[in-house]
Amino acid sequence: MSKDKFDYFIKGEKNNYEVIIGLEVHAQVSSNSKLFSGSATKFGAEPNSQVSLIDSAFPGMLPVINKECINQAIRTGLGLNAKINNNSVFDRKNYFYADLPQGYQISQYKNPIVGEGKVLLDMPYGSKEIGIERLHLEQDAGKSIHDMDPSNTYVDLNRSGIALMEIVSKPDLRSPEEVNAYIKKLRTIMRYLGTCDGNMQEGSLRADVNVSVRQVGDKNFGTRCEIKNVNSIKFMQMAIEYEANRQVELLDEGKKIEQETRLFDTKKNETRSMRSKEDAHDYRYFPDPDLLPLKIEQKLIDDLKKTLPELPDNKKERFMKDYGLNSYEANVLVSEKEISNYYEEVAKLSDKKLAATWMMGDLFAMLNDKGLNISKSPITAKNFAELVQSIKSGEISGRIAKEVFELMVESGDNAKKIIESKGMKQQSDPKELEKIINEILTKNKDKVDQYKSGKEKLFGFFVGQVMKQSGGKANPQLTNDILKKLLKG
Amino acid sequence: MSIDKDKIKHISKLARISIDSKKSNSLAKDLTSIFKFIEQLNELNTDKVEPLSSILNTPLRSREDQINDGKIRNKILENSPKKNEEFFVVPKVIE
Repeated sequence: MSKDKFDYFIKGEKNNYEVIIGLEVHAQVSSNSKLFSGSATKFGAEPNSQVSLIDSAFPGMLPVINKECINQAIRTGLGLNAKINNNSVFDRKNYFYADLPQGYQISQYKNPIVGEGKVLLDMPYGSKEIGIERLHLEQDAGKSIHDMDPSNTYVDLNRSGIALMEIVSKPDLRSPEEVNAYIKKLRTIMRYLGTCDGNMQEGSLRADVNVSVRQVGDKNFGTRCEIKNVNSIKFMQMAIEYEANRQVELLDEGKKIEQETRLFDTKKNETRSMRSKEDAHDYRYFPDPDLLPLKIEQKLIDDLKKTLPELPDNKKERFMKDYGLNSYEANVLVSEKEISNYYEEVAKLSDKKLAATWMMGDLFAMLNDKGLNISKSPITAKNFAELVQSIKSGEISGRIAKEVFELMVESGDNAKKIIESKGMKQQSDPKELEKIINEILTKNKDKVDQYKSGKEKLFGFFVGQVMKQSGGKANPQLTNDILKKLLKG
Repeated sequence: MSIDKDKIKHISKLARISIDSKKSNSLAKDLTSIFKFIEQLNELNTDKVEPLSSILNTPLRSREDQINDGKIRNKILENSPKKNEEFFVVPKVIE
């Protein structure tokens, strides 16, 4: 690892500082109904339409846990190479807020469902392991809407009681780039597992970011600040950058950092203290008397383990081994399950390496341009494979292939049909090519003489003429070879 | 543990219960004696005893992941001191 090249340091006036980051990621569990009630979890429903008497905390209502949410937490734990705890406990985390009708959140404090695990990140300077401290199940709160009325706040409890997995990392992250890689990796793993859709726009994945700084070389951690509820990777990175610099400035001035909860203001690009949360850490946790301890049989864990899909790390390794891809290509192609499925379908029917190159180039550019997911690609995997094969076999040149690709997107036709109907086949018959080239050389005798007397730059001119004559279809390699041969003679 | 007036103030603030200062003196006294009583338990050595979070030896009841509740907005909003057709309405809370 080349230290000075990749380490993220902040230069203060006096000292150099290292940034220590830990994340508490809140991932919404993919389930039909809520953690402790039978209300729906669908995003974007009419306000307060997915609320039961339990979610709105009417007196006397009792929570009953959703089996699928337990299974999803176990699956996620297994995907994070973590220990699943056979015994865990639900606790009440007490705080007062308008969108928390119970006055407490049902969460897990001392005995979470999932214990320590790890996640591997691929950084430009090598792979880095990030420790997972724990994963626990908890209820989401409702949503406060502040901008619909000048003097009131509106509360929508649709989200109240939806199951969340809080995934707590160890303070192993050292830069905004590592945070970016970590969130993306978590998201990929959970999307493979089908345990969280990872949709950050809809709030299915958000994080509290813990930031502290320390002088380079120091072994002790500094005082940390927690930035609450950041809902995009870009904002997390901006918040970390701002917060770390703020702390460095304070330390350089000889001031102390207060441990506090802060808020990231996306408009001003700054973090500021949330005074209302002064007492926030006094949660007075205690075991929820409405819920018995959660016992998980080893058999359930083993059964779930058997049904897990191939995970991104394993798939990456297989792609490198079976398809001869490099680490970068494999990473990109396993980043989404749908992309890896598409690639495998194409690779089965065509050249594996060329397929990767063309997918990551023209196909991704087109999808990106059109704002499409690969599952909505206008070119099917089978048709794309056919195009790749036409390039591989030399039937069409790479340049022509780009045209064919465009036409495939426009018309939805397959490559063969387009190549044939437009007469785009590459001119690869040496005799035919020689004929064309001879004609050109005869027509441009003066240039041939110039070339022979040392003006070698003219070679490009001849190639251009051949391409023009053949409508761009001349096989470039063959054209070069024949031209060289004939110009020598 | 002895509970003083400041502690009473802190707890009542967290619980959103208003307690006047006259009452907080007697409350502090009461709570202190209650804690003293509970602290007798500390005489027992529990080093090798797992913390107990329930005395019932039955498994946690669970349910299938089915949607069978909700869609009762009118009922939910009915008892709210302030509301409109869709939302609970509360005093402005903003950071």
